[in-house]
Amino acid sequence: MTSPLPSAAPKIRVSWQAILTGLMYGFMYIPILILGFYSFNASRFSATWGGFSLRWYYSLLNDARILSALRDSLAVAFCAVAISAVLGTMMAVGLAKYSFPGKGLYRGISYLPLIIPDIAIAVATLVFLVTVGASLSLWTIIAAHIVFCLAYIAVVVSTRLTGLNPHLEEAALDLGATPAQAFIKVLLPELMPAILSGCLLAFVLSMDDLLIASFTAGGGANTLPMEIFSRVRTGVKPDINALSVLLILASGFLAFLSEYIRFKGNQRRLK
Amino acid sequence: MATTPLAESSAASGWQRRLANLIQPIVLLLPSGLWLTLLLVAPTLLILELSLIPGFRLGQPAGSYGLGNYLEVFQPVYLQVIGRSLGFAVGTTIVCLLLGFPVAYWIAIKAPKHWRNLLLVGFVLPLWTSSLLRAYAWITILRPSGLLNTVLELFGLPGQSWLNRSPAVLIGLTYSFLPYMVLILYASLEKLDRRLLEAAADLGATPQQSFWKITVPQTLPGIAAGGLLVFIASLGDFVVPELLGGASSMTVSRLIYNQFLGATRNWGLGSSFSMLLILAVSIAIALLLKYGDRSAARS
Repeated sequence: MTSPLPSAAPKIRVSWQAILTGLMYGFMYIPILILGFYSFNASRFSATWGGFSLRWYYSLLNDARILSALRDSLAVAFCAVAISAVLGTMMAVGLAKYSFPGKGLYRGISYLPLIIPDIAIAVATLVFLVTVGASLSLWTIIAAHIVFCLAYIAVVVSTRLTGLNPHLEEAALDLGATPAQAFIKVLLPELMPAILSGCLLAFVLSMDDLLIASFTAGGGANTLPMEIFSRVRTGVKPDINALSVLLILASGFLAFLSEYIRFKGNQRRLK
Repeated sequence: MATTPLAESSAASGWQRRLANLIQPIVLLLPSGLWLTLLLVAPTLLILELSLIPGFRLGQPAGSYGLGNYLEVFQPVYLQVIGRSLGFAVGTTIVCLLLGFPVAYWIAIKAPKHWRNLLLVGFVLPLWTSSLLRAYAWITILRPSGLLNTVLELFGLPGQSWLNRSPAVLIGLTYSFLPYMVLILYASLEKLDRRLLEAAADLGATPQQSFWKITVPQTLPGIAAGGLLVFIASLGDFVVPELLGGASSMTVSRLIYNQFLGATRNWGLGSSFSMLLILAVSIAIALLLKYGDRSAARS
């Protein structure tokens, strides 16, 4: 006997919410798709289609300014995120485990980089660096990026910490582990997914930052957003279309990685 | 006899633990605390100080303290800039709410359960791409010979010249912050007690009635959180008004930028605008903490 077939597909009724949602997905993705489409356009004037071409990709890969800006951006992002991963995780653990006078103030200040507009942080950092007489360079960008990177990483790690079993670490201590051992062998592996996704978020934000880098770069350093900004404010540039596609692919990969880490982290937690 | 060493060792470990409890928080919290104090708190206090020195310019001797910068803000030309910034922020918030609510509602309540997470991730995915490039994409669409006018022409409709004017800024800001709104409203709608809706339907309420009497009141904290966050983000945004707004759409953030990096270089005035921006954001945050759904906002 065959099992009964599933009943006929239910009559499809499309509500206006569904249509609007579809339109909004279009609204979110069409601009990105258009950039991709025009990046293969042979014509310099992108309103007209001049045939398929990879010339903008070639010119991009031979563009020394773009490549050096990319190198600066990557250097800033990697340094800032690496230092922030350590500082941010320590801060989140410290805030979760200990109470002390002024904790509310400390926590409040740690949220500020998420809240205060970039422009206000950027000018404040510039004024401070000028006041203390620091010479502006790649290092001042890194120092300024650590401020918001560590705040974001700490928030992501804190969220994870609130869901953890606090007795695990105590058990390790009772069984004779030193606090350092308990931290490294018990707490850190549990926090790793959160630390990694916090780092990815911070990395993307650092690579995306225009204002803070512009104000703290001085003459020598030039990050990718600064270079893109100086080019696109004077109009449409076909090689920027090509750059957009490459960067969107890269950030799509990072987004996928982040979701994957979160998924794995949740899976591990449910076990 | 045998108990003594045990008691001793536990006393020692107790002492050690107390020491550890004293040192560990310092080791864990001091580096970040110092960094934030040095590169965030101290700079902001410096800006506060500069805002109280009328007409401070780099390289010139500082004048005496006064409220001149804040009084200058009340000049009509600057009040117009503030008004425009607030207008963009409020407008973006309203548009995001009107467009974002149905989307979040559909994903959270109408969409098949297995697909919800994927649909939500799909909607917020563009946030991972560069905000600069997302604004740039709209230049391609909105410029006079761009995609919008090409499409309008195909249908025989009159072309629009939105680029470098307010509509482009509103479109760009909505595009930038709509995913945040959907994310927060989704978190709020997901918690909605559906039994209430069923009960209302059983008692004869029309869908409209149960929407306005149940869904909206129940998600009001989420609406407040989403609205205030979009307001804060669009009020402080620089990239979208700079790239899409043109010369006619001067906003507070662009004004601050020009006072520090542009031609005018009046750091005192720039600082007072920066403080006003921080004040506006602080008020919004206070409202958010009071009325908003904090758990939804945190997502």
